[in-house]
Amino acid sequence: MVWARRLWLRLQTVFRRERVALRLDDEIQFHLNQQIAENIARGMSAEEARYAAMRTFGNPTYLKEETRDTWGWIWLENFLRDLRYAARVLARTPAFAIVAILVISLGIGATTSLFTVVRSVLLKPLPFKDPSRLIRLYEHDADGKFPYNVVSGGVFGEWKKQSQAFSDLALVSGDGTEYGLSGTGGQLPEKVRASECTWNLFRILGVEPALGRSFAAADDQPSAAATAILSWGLWKRRFGGDPAILSQTIHLDMKSYTVIGVMPSWFAYPAQATQLWTPIYHEESAETIQALDDHEFIAVGRLNPNTTETQATAELSLIVRRLHDEHRDNPFVSDAANSRPLLEDMVGDIKTPLYVLLAATGCVLLIACLNIANLLVARSATRRRELAIRTALGGSRGHLLGEHLTETFLLSAVGGGAGVMLAYAVIQWFVATRQDMSRVEAIHVDGVVVAFALGLIFLCALFAGMVSSFSVSGDHILSSLQESSRSYSAGPGRVRLRKWLLAVEVALTVVLLIGAGLLLKSYERLRASNLGCITNNVLTMRFNLPDAKYSQPVQRVNFFEGLLERVRALPGVEAAGLGRAVPGSGYWGDGGFLVAEHPPLPLGQAQYAITRWADPKYFAALGIPLLRGQTFDANQRLDKADEVIVSESFARQYFGDEDPLGKHLLKFGHAHKIVGIVGDTRFLIAKPAQPIMYFPMYDGTMTGGSLAVRSNHDVTPLALPIQQIVQQLDPELAVSDVLTMDQMIGKSTLDASFNATLVLAFAILSLTLAAVGLFGVLSYIVAQRTTEIGVRIALGAQRAEVLRLMLSDGLRPASLGLVLGLAGGAATSQLLRDLLYGVPPLDSRVYATVTILLLAVASMACLLPAWRASRLDPVQALRNE
Amino acid sequence: MSKPNDLVQGTLDLLILKTISLEPKHGWAIAKRIQQISGEVLQVQQGSLYPALHRLEQKAWIKAKWKETETGRQAKFYSLTAAGRAQLEQEAENWSRLSAAINLVVETT
Repeated sequence: MVWARRLWLRLQTVFRRERVALRLDDEIQFHLNQQIAENIARGMSAEEARYAAMRTFGNPTYLKEETRDTWGWIWLENFLRDLRYAARVLARTPAFAIVAILVISLGIGATTSLFTVVRSVLLKPLPFKDPSRLIRLYEHDADGKFPYNVVSGGVFGEWKKQSQAFSDLALVSGDGTEYGLSGTGGQLPEKVRASECTWNLFRILGVEPALGRSFAAADDQPSAAATAILSWGLWKRRFGGDPAILSQTIHLDMKSYTVIGVMPSWFAYPAQATQLWTPIYHEESAETIQALDDHEFIAVGRLNPNTTETQATAELSLIVRRLHDEHRDNPFVSDAANSRPLLEDMVGDIKTPLYVLLAATGCVLLIACLNIANLLVARSATRRRELAIRTALGGSRGHLLGEHLTETFLLSAVGGGAGVMLAYAVIQWFVATRQDMSRVEAIHVDGVVVAFALGLIFLCALFAGMVSSFSVSGDHILSSLQESSRSYSAGPGRVRLRKWLLAVEVALTVVLLIGAGLLLKSYERLRASNLGCITNNVLTMRFNLPDAKYSQPVQRVNFFEGLLERVRALPGVEAAGLGRAVPGSGYWGDGGFLVAEHPPLPLGQAQYAITRWADPKYFAALGIPLLRGQTFDANQRLDKADEVIVSESFARQYFGDEDPLGKHLLKFGHAHKIVGIVGDTRFLIAKPAQPIMYFPMYDGTMTGGSLAVRSNHDVTPLALPIQQIVQQLDPELAVSDVLTMDQMIGKSTLDASFNATLVLAFAILSLTLAAVGLFGVLSYIVAQRTTEIGVRIALGAQRAEVLRLMLSDGLRPASLGLVLGLAGGAATSQLLRDLLYGVPPLDSRVYATVTILLLAVASMACLLPAWRASRLDPVQALRNE
Repeated sequence: MSKPNDLVQGTLDLLILKTISLEPKHGWAIAKRIQQISGEVLQVQQGSLYPALHRLEQKAWIKAKWKETETGRQAKFYSLTAAGRAQLEQEAENWSRLSAAINLVVETT
C-alpha cells in the first residue's frame, strides 16, 4: 500500500499546501527552541543561545525552500507564479492584450467551427449499422457519358435476382417524388417531398422506426393496401406529434394511406428534405419498375462480409453486360455497373468546398499567430532592458523562456476560450443557414472537437511563443544594457525577424485574397449567366394533378386551360404560361427519339434530348425567343396534338445544315411535326444549355407542371391571388415551390455565394491583420530611429527623402510577401478548379486587383508612421536623448 | 567542521532510518542522537536534516505524527514504516559491503 500512502501525501502537498508549509515552520521553530533551551542549559545567555542555535541549524529560509522542493509539484508552483506574473504584465498593456486575445479567438473560433463541420459531415461514419459495408450502386455506359447513372428498375430486379455479393439490395426513388398531402380539419393541402423505397431499405440501413413498424415484404406489392411512414419532422409539424397517428389514414394525392410508422428525428435518407416514405413496388407502375432503359432510381446495397466493393461491382457489371447483349436493339440499356461508398455518395459534392473553407480558416489562424508573434517581438524589444537586468541578476534563460511561453499560453488560452464560444455560436448559425446540406443534423461539438480546440490553443501558444522568443534568447546581456542606454536603432536581427514574419503574413493574406477573388468572380459570373429567358418579375409555382381525380387527359387539359384563363385575367399579370418545368429548375428527364426523314440509326446508337411540355403562350410568357416558325396551334389538343418545337442547339446537333421545320420526330409512338425553333435555355444555371424538345401541354399527357407568371412590376404580391385561383378550381390541390425566378436562381447558387462570402470575410480579416502588422512594425521602427532621423534632418536631409526612406522600409516586406503570395495563390487556385465557374484559376484580372488592393492597403498602413517620421522636429528628437 | 555535503546523500538517509528504527523521534532528537552515537565525529548541519526527512516521508519510508514531548510541547515525531524498515535493511547491508570493501582496499595497500 506504499503507493496509496505516497499518493495521499502528494495530494496533501497540493491541496493543503499552505497548511503543510505552516506545519514545516512549526517543526523548524520547535527544533530551534530545543537547541536554544539546551544552549541556555549549558550556561549561555539568551541572545548567545539563539545565535548558536542558528549557526548549527543553517539558513532556515534556504532549508525551507529545499524542503518544499522535495514535496514535488514544484513545476506547478512555478507555473502558477509565472501565470500570475504574466497576467500582471498583460494587465499593464491592456490594449495589446485585448487585440491579441481578439485575434486569437477569431482564428481559433473559425478553425474550430469549420473543423466541427468537416468532422461531423465528412469524417464521421454514417449513423447506420456497419456503414462501411453500405454502397451506392450505379449503371455505367460504355461511351462514358454517364459514368454514374441512376439505375433502372429492370436492371435492379436482375441484380437482386442474380447477385451473390450482397446481403441485401434496396431500390429508392430519386429526388423528384412528391405527394399532395390533403388537409384534414381545416388544414390546407400541402405538397411533401417523399421517397418510394423497397420494403427492406430501413433494414439494410439498420434503422428502426421510432414509432410503429417498418415496411414488411407484404406491403411492397402492387396488390397490397397502401402504407406510409412519416418523418419525425412531418409528424411533429403536421400531426402535432400525436402517437395516435399510427394506423390512421392520411390522403396522398387523394388516395388513402395507412400510417404504419414514424422514423427517428435524426434520420434523413435519401435527401435532407425527405418527409415521407412509401413502398416502391406498390407505388410505381409495373411498366416503369420493370423497364431496363428508364434510369431513375437510387440503388443501395449492403456487402456480404467477405466481399469487396470491387468484386461486387464486377459481378453487377457482368449482369448488366448480359442484359445489354440480350437487348442490343435498345441503345439506352447500360453495359456496366459502378459504385461508391454510401458516405461519399451523400457528401461527395460538399467535400471540396468544406475543405477549402477549412484551409481558409487555417490560414486565418496562422496569420493570427504570426501577428501575435509580431506584437510580442515588438513588446519584448521594449522590455529587453528589463530582461537583460533580470538575466544579469541570475534569472536563468530557461526560466525567462518559460515565463515568456506562459504569457503566450495565457493569451492563447483566454483567446481560445472565447474562440470556442464563438465556434459554438458559428456552428448554430451554420446549421441554421445550411439546412439543405446533407448530414447537417450530424453537426455537433463533441470530445474530439474540444480536444482539437485545446490542441490549437497549445500550438498557437507554442508557435507565437517560440517565434518571438528567438529574439529574446538571442540577446547578449551586456550589449543590451549598453545599447538600450541610448535610443539608437535596435539590433538589425530583431527587425529582420519581424519583417520576415510580416512577409509571411502578407503572403498568406494574398493567397486568401486570390481565393476569395476567384470565388467571388465565379459567383458573379454564375449570377450573370443567361438562363435563356426573362428572370425579372417572373413568379413560378408547381402543382400536380392526382390521378385519382384527373384520370382522363381531357380533365387535365380543362384544368390547364381554366387556370391559364383566370390567371391571365388577373390584374397585374402581363403574361402567363404553363410548362413541365421552367428553365433553371432542374433536369427533369430526357428521352430518345428518331427523325422520320433520316435513315435509321446504326444498331446500339441513340439520340436523345431533354423532354419538356409547354402551352402555346409559354415561350412568349417567359421571353424565350421564337427564332423560326411558329408556336403550337392552340386548337390542336389531346389526340390531335402532334406538333413539336425544338431548341436551337437541338436543331444544330440533330439537323446540322438541314432545315428542321416541317420534319417529323418519332416519339410516343407517333410522328410530331416540327413547327418552330426557340432559343436555348439552361436547365440549371451552372450547366450549359442542352438540346430540348417541347411537346404541347394540351396533349393532356402531363399530370402537372410549372405555372410561370410575368408582371411588369413586383410580382410577389401576385402569389396569393394565384394560389386562391388554384384553390377555387380545386380546393384539395396544393401548390409547391412558389418562387420568383430570381429566388430560384439564388437557391441554386447558394453554395457559390456561401463559399465566396465566407472566404471573402476571411480574406478581409487577414488583410486587416496584415495592415495592423505593417503599421505596428513601421511605427516601431520609426520610434526606434527617432534620433537617427533627427540627426539626418538636422544635417539637411529632405523631408520627402525621409518619407521615401521610411515608406520603402515598410513596403519591402509587403512586396516580398506579395510576390510569395502570388506564387502561392497560383498554386492553390488549382485546387479551387472544381468550384470555379467561367473563371480560369489564373484569371489575370483577379491577380491584378489583389496586387493593387494589397499595395494600396500596405501603403496606407505605412503612410502614417512614415509621414510622422518626415515631420519630426530635429530639435525635439535630439533633446530626447 | 564537516559540512552536510560531505555526507553522501544516501548515507544521511541511512543514518536517519537507523536512528529512528528503535523508537519515534523528532528532528532535533535525531540530530542529537547522530552526533552522540558517532562520538561527535558526524557533525550534521542540523537544518539539512529537514529536506532529507521530508523526502523520506514523501517516499513513504518514514511516517510522521505530531505528539506532545515530555516537556509538553508539540513536536513532529518520525517513525519507520514497513517499507522503510525493508529499505533500512537493504541500505545497511549495502553499507557494510561497501565499507568492508573499502577497508580491504585501504588495509592491503
